[in-house]
Amino acid sequence: MANYSTNEFKGGLKVMLDGDPCAILENDYVKPGKGQAFNRVKLRNLMTGRVWERTFKSGESLEGADVLELEMEYLYNDGEMWYFMLTDGSFEQYPVEKKALGDTEKWLKEQVAYTVTLWNDNVINVTPPNFIELEVTETDPGLKGDTAQGGSKPATLSSGAVVRVPLFINEGEVLKVDTRTGEYVSRA
Amino acid sequence: MVDWQPTAEIATLRERARLIAEVRAFFAELGVWEVETPALGHGGSTDLHLASLACEATTPSGRERLWLQTSPEFHMKRLLAAGSGAIFQLARSFRDGEVGRRHNLEFTMLEWYRPGLDLEGLIEETAVLIRRLLPEDPGPTRRRRYRELFRETLALDPFSEPLISLRRLAAEKGGLEMAEASRDDCLDLLMSLVIEPALGRDGIDVVVDYPASQAALARRHRDAEDGAWVASRFEVYRDGLELANGYDELTDGNEQRARFAEDNAARRAQGLPEVDIDQRLLGALDAGMPAGSGVALGLDRLLQLALGKASVAEVMAFATPIA
Repeated sequence: MANYSTNEFKGGLKVMLDGDPCAILENDYVKPGKGQAFNRVKLRNLMTGRVWERTFKSGESLEGADVLELEMEYLYNDGEMWYFMLTDGSFEQYPVEKKALGDTEKWLKEQVAYTVTLWNDNVINVTPPNFIELEVTETDPGLKGDTAQGGSKPATLSSGAVVRVPLFINEGEVLKVDTRTGEYVSRA
Repeated sequence: MVDWQPTAEIATLRERARLIAEVRAFFAELGVWEVETPALGHGGSTDLHLASLACEATTPSGRERLWLQTSPEFHMKRLLAAGSGAIFQLARSFRDGEVGRRHNLEFTMLEWYRPGLDLEGLIEETAVLIRRLLPEDPGPTRRRRYRELFRETLALDPFSEPLISLRRLAAEKGGLEMAEASRDDCLDLLMSLVIEPALGRDGIDVVVDYPASQAALARRHRDAEDGAWVASRFEVYRDGLELANGYDELTDGNEQRARFAEDNAARRAQGLPEVDIDQRLLGALDAGMPAGSGVALGLDRLLQLALGKASVAEVMAFATPIA
């Protein structure tokens, strides 16, 4: 991979830092009146999702990271690995470990497209779409006529996620949920 | 679609024109006259931390390397030596690699020289100009000694703290490797990351008495506190932004010659390109430049503050990325 110098650091650039692939979020150039210039850089560690703030001397460089973000459909889980397939028509499949799947495990639904991050051809992260439609598999019975605001109860969805829903929601209904906040949006 | 639109709004550019007229009025009232000097010269800035842009051009002496000036300093000093008296300039200046919210590859430097005026007098004058351009009263102007700032903020004396502990602290504050860093690199990092952001809040802060090693083109004097050598320089801060850099100007040609040579030696040591020394500036200093003070003010930054913008690009017609 090519090396990138601090003046090439732009939002979205993928670089290696401390052995992990990272995405650059922000790059701020700081220079005292007459002195050494520095770049204050925010990066997201793509392995852990953690945001790092690091300082570099201007002109220093980092090795680029061979990171690809691809759209893939969820297929199935064989008890050990989860399998995703490229949506580009190649039908190429990728196995994903539980560690890389992380929290996304509770938002999995067959035939939905996810953003899959590959590093050196291994899946390191799976991001669900911002909104997903899932069926309620378990919740307390709905209260008739209570369609007004206020009051909520937990509901378990077909993917395993538990979200707070209004009291009028019943088992079997399909809901639209925001995967970023884990909040109920509406009936689908 | 091609992004052809200016980086500043037209209304902002009109405000810019009004404030620049205000700058010219300020100097006209003081009897300081406006000069124009070349953007391209045979000498560049040797300063270790300034990257000069060079270009090749055909001149009356043939094909030559010329340097885009990082500030109009050298040419203006030659005018001073030639007897110009007090002068100012709004000079387009160029610094390679300076990219960010507070920087643009080319920018407007407001630089002025006051033969016979001491540093204290120039600090006063600079503060008056800044107040005149800001829309509201910025609060008091405070003198802050470099040493005091480090003592107050980091509980250390930047002049006597052992290098090993400066390196440790700089590495900790910056989150980077500083094991090989020089004393000035450590101090620069602590200054920019820890001290600067807090300067110029509810007032104008003028930092004085820099380490002697950071004198650049300023004289040095003894610190009244303990006789340590300090640079006769000041920097002006407002809202965490460095606005101006002033010197009690070095007038000794031999001292200047030695500092240029030191700079180029340091450049060689760091694998940076050497810069052609401005022999004509040295000639002017040898002939005699009147003692006095001078200051360079980043006009775009002052306009950014005066017009309440978040970056210098927002007060420039076309910032470099779309120039």
